[in-house]
Amino acid sequence: MADSFLSIQHVKKSFGEVTVVQDFNLDVAPGEFVSFLGPSGCGKTTVLRMVAGFEEPTAGKIVIAGKDVTRLKPNQRNIGMVFQAYALFPNLTVAQNIAFGLRVAGMPKADQGKRVAEMLNIIKLPQMGDRYPYQLSGGQQQRIALARALAPSPKLLLLDEPLSALDAKVRVSLRDEIRSIQKRLGITTVFVTHDQEEALSISDRIVVMYQGVAEQMGTPFEIYNRPSTKFVANFVGTLNVLEGTVSDPAKGTVKVADDMITVKSSLNGAKAGDAVTLALRPEAIALGEYPGHDQKLPGKIADVNFLGSVIRVKVAVGKAIVSMDTFNKSTTPPPQVGEPASITFTSRDVLVLH
Amino acid sequence: MKRGGAWWAWLIFFIGMLYFIVPLIATFHFSLKMKREGLSFEAYRVVFSSSQFQETFTFSVVAAICTIILGVLIVVPTAYWVRLRMPQLRPVIEFITLLPLVIPAIVIVFGYIRMYGTNSWLPFLGTITGTNVLLVIGYVVLALPYMYRAVDTGLRTIDVKTLTEAAQIMGAGWTTIIGRVILPNVLIAVLSGAFLTFAIVLGEFTIASLLNRPAFGPYMQNLGANRAYEPAALAIIAFLLTWGCMTAIQFLARYAPKSANRPN
Repeated sequence: MADSFLSIQHVKKSFGEVTVVQDFNLDVAPGEFVSFLGPSGCGKTTVLRMVAGFEEPTAGKIVIAGKDVTRLKPNQRNIGMVFQAYALFPNLTVAQNIAFGLRVAGMPKADQGKRVAEMLNIIKLPQMGDRYPYQLSGGQQQRIALARALAPSPKLLLLDEPLSALDAKVRVSLRDEIRSIQKRLGITTVFVTHDQEEALSISDRIVVMYQGVAEQMGTPFEIYNRPSTKFVANFVGTLNVLEGTVSDPAKGTVKVADDMITVKSSLNGAKAGDAVTLALRPEAIALGEYPGHDQKLPGKIADVNFLGSVIRVKVAVGKAIVSMDTFNKSTTPPPQVGEPASITFTSRDVLVLH
Repeated sequence: MKRGGAWWAWLIFFIGMLYFIVPLIATFHFSLKMKREGLSFEAYRVVFSSSQFQETFTFSVVAAICTIILGVLIVVPTAYWVRLRMPQLRPVIEFITLLPLVIPAIVIVFGYIRMYGTNSWLPFLGTITGTNVLLVIGYVVLALPYMYRAVDTGLRTIDVKTLTEAAQIMGAGWTTIIGRVILPNVLIAVLSGAFLTFAIVLGEFTIASLLNRPAFGPYMQNLGANRAYEPAALAIIAFLLTWGCMTAIQFLARYAPKSANRPN
């Protein structure tokens, strides 16, 4: 990417014998919101910490706004960062916390006051300036941490699992608020999370990481609908996995249980008789005939969970259990366990996992 | 059952109080009996009007303040750095800081005399100022177990690593981080360490005596060996001084910066 704002080039990080990040490459455009998504220990936080300057790469280069910052200290990089544990200074008031970076930068006191007031308005906590961190809720503390990170007008904003310590409701509202502030300020942002819903809802692009490697980079739509590896498909969203045997590679026919289905995705050079793993998203499946669905697999209702507006139905197809959600309709009673039932889907929706 | 338990608890508390207070009252009462005709504060008047008392007390207070400053300058950055960058070294540092408790002060001071005598490569003992500096260094060593433990306990109550990183990413250097972020958040712990240091320095006898410095400890010992009522008055004065220090710590703690670890 020629006009990238943050460029991570062939970065590797080892701790002794253990390599935690391998040949990591990423270009982030100005104003873009990129999320690193992956399970614990996948290396996402290590990459973020290398961008911040808290860890030095074993190999590779990190460039911010055209300047090689690989060997620069964190306090020389002009980056804002929000931590999972808020990291507000307990001895300072909210206003003093927000002004910390401004004071370090030598901004005149009057200007500091104006900037603090501006930031408090942005995070919608204008009356909180005189409070101490311990007097605030978790969500408020994280908002203050965001304001503190943004106050010195950094070039880049790093968010290290900032929502993980919050309860579910606050997490959703703060997530939307972070995105809206980021868009308004147009600041390039890198967000680390292990929560796929968070990453899908907030990002322009997602980097899915596993065992120190970027498994796939793409828009949330691409990552969810066209996962390029088995790990991505399994990690992002819920997935029903079906084991099959390739019948005719040219036509894309695969035998699942005792029935044939056709898939549109590439079978990756599999030959007739080869085992293949297929996957279906729950929302791509319907119970019984459905307009547009050209593939069908017969089975038996294995379990029914009534969840209010949604009914989760599990259908046994051969040895596999396929889970799907249907909306609750007061006029249609849910299916009974043990009833014969067919699942239908389109050939396009079948993912072939690598 | 409950009432019986409360009764015993009060009895034990009362016995404990007697154990602490009776000797104090007896000492106080004895210190008032200097004049044969009745109780008076004559012993206190004699002590306070003694120029030796004023000189040795002032000397020890100044030495204590210097010890506290030097101790804080050494211990706070060390404990902070060990916690931040070298946590694997903590047991080693803890062991080193405990050494003054197992090595008698007399061994330390003889070591100093041999190492820093007038014929040595660093002749601290050649001048009065040098000897005073050595005395303060000796006091810092004696107070190390208490000061280190107090500061380390304070550091344990805050997330040192994240707070340091948060300050660093906002452009702060090490001096700002220690001065504006770490120290204010462990101030209560530092004050406790300072109080203990003050108490140790004020009563210390061995090093001051062998280095021949006019400190309060040797003065108290000398007075105790030669007088009857004045030592009792001094004991009460030292006790009140200790209580005064504790009150001052409590007072300062109330006005120290608020923190998430000490919300009220």
